[in-house]
Amino acid sequence: MEEHLVDWSRAQFALTAMYHWLFVPLTLGLGFIVAIMESIYVKTGSEFWKKTTKFWMTLFAINFAIGVATGIIMEFEFGTDWANYSWFVGDIFGAPLAIEGILAFFMESTFFAVMFFGWNKVDKNFHLLSTWLVAIGSNLSALWILVANGWMQYPVGMTFNPDTVRNEMFNFWDVLLSPVAVSKFLHTIASGYVMASLFVVGVSAWYLLKKRDVIFAKNSMLVGATFGLITALFLTLSGDESAHQVALKQPVKLAAMEGLYEGRTEAGIVGIGILNPKKTLLNNEKEFLFELEAPYALSLLGYHDIHAYVPGLKDLVFGNEERGIMGAQVKIEKGKIAIEAFEAYKDAYEIKDIEKMALNKVIMDENMKYFGYGYLKNPEQILPPIATTFYAFHIMVALGGWFLTLFIIVLFLLTKKDIEKFRFVLWAAVWSIPLGYIAGEAGWVVAEVGRQPWAIQDLMPVGVAATHIATTNVMISFGLFAVLFTTLLIAEIKIMTTQIKIGPDGGH
Amino acid sequence: MISLKNLFIFYLDGFQNMKIGKSLWKIIIVKLLIILIFLNYFVYDKSIKTEFKTADEKSNFVYENLKGK
Repeated sequence: MEEHLVDWSRAQFALTAMYHWLFVPLTLGLGFIVAIMESIYVKTGSEFWKKTTKFWMTLFAINFAIGVATGIIMEFEFGTDWANYSWFVGDIFGAPLAIEGILAFFMESTFFAVMFFGWNKVDKNFHLLSTWLVAIGSNLSALWILVANGWMQYPVGMTFNPDTVRNEMFNFWDVLLSPVAVSKFLHTIASGYVMASLFVVGVSAWYLLKKRDVIFAKNSMLVGATFGLITALFLTLSGDESAHQVALKQPVKLAAMEGLYEGRTEAGIVGIGILNPKKTLLNNEKEFLFELEAPYALSLLGYHDIHAYVPGLKDLVFGNEERGIMGAQVKIEKGKIAIEAFEAYKDAYEIKDIEKMALNKVIMDENMKYFGYGYLKNPEQILPPIATTFYAFHIMVALGGWFLTLFIIVLFLLTKKDIEKFRFVLWAAVWSIPLGYIAGEAGWVVAEVGRQPWAIQDLMPVGVAATHIATTNVMISFGLFAVLFTTLLIAEIKIMTTQIKIGPDGGH
Repeated sequence: MISLKNLFIFYLDGFQNMKIGKSLWKIIIVKLLIILIFLNYFVYDKSIKTEFKTADEKSNFVYENLKGK
């Protein structure tokens, strides 16, 4: 496959996914914040909370309306740019997405109308229920998509059928409850909650800086920062579980996240570091030009044992007999055996040679775990872009730490001091809104760039997943998407800032 | 019991009383037209579903791409 084409197809999917993710996290979290505010309104009967709820609900609607359906484009891309992949994954990818479309999206959309049009028309409690169901529906949508993504990172619950050239699901629960899917879902939705909290805190801080709608801003900030603090703690815990799953299921990604070339016991985590660009697998250059390391932390994070051995990139590429780590060359050979057996099976199928079919099926099944490795030319190809993965991971973690600190500071100043006097904190809160988006995107870069070269972990490399189509077609559609999504983003920012400037006394 | 007429009036009133919602609906409609018509029929007009009719044809196409690469 022409590398140029694969890179453009990859860039197009990355562009679509990253733009899509600019809209999603706010929907995931703001839905719950609005539902909490409306619950306070229903409990207290206070018109102030009704007005506050309606204001944030309007911002939720703007984000929802502009972001909705941007994910559909990725489904188009699967069919056109990634035809081999979309056929090979079979119903495993289709089933969760179909459930998402039927159940979650319709549930969300139905109650969305009640939430917006139902003020003063339906019973208060039914309205509140609708608001909660919109929030839950948004998160259910995310569940199915993240289950599909989790399967790509850790394919389970299926068997490959050489007759149809497709993977077939034999255990839905294995796919749904895969530890990678579960930790990915929890960590991703938690990041959305934190993002939405940053948004509420940041917008409220802007009102305080402008010395307007002070009571509204302080109360909104209190809800946002409380929700933010709780969910940021949960984000940390779910991040720990995600890293543990990466260590077990995708050790190459973990080593890239930490720039770990040499495996070691009692491995530390690099808190801050600059990778040495001269470092390769084969030379003895230092891994870092500069680093500040937290001792034992990587062994603890990855394997929940401070003495655990964390395999380095060298171990994973070349193997380490002493530690029982299989090298990539051995996996490549097993992968080639699987592909040859697959082809021999298909040849036997043509002439209806049952015995030969059965024999090759056994050989293929024995080596199927390494099927994708058979397409690699050399062991070094299992490495993802190390610098991108390393820096994205550290940006995400550093920003996550900052958000937790910010929520604590904001809550302290709101409850114990006069936060209006701490203008630098208010400005920090405003500027943390874009930082929240950067952290979210960085998280996806870690997840997706870090698992390269795989479209499906160990089973299908990206180069094999892509369709042979004209590169110019992909380049043109890349340009179209860039224009479409940038226009949508500008529209969102413009409408959102206009509505914020109108303030809580404006209508929706 | 909610009648269809009441349901229709519920939505009609809702849309008529919207302020910012009207702009949002315009954006949604333009976006859906672009995605579901322009992109679907002119940019992503060819896919494994459109190019091959039967499951056998599709699996043969993918098999040819997977073997001996």
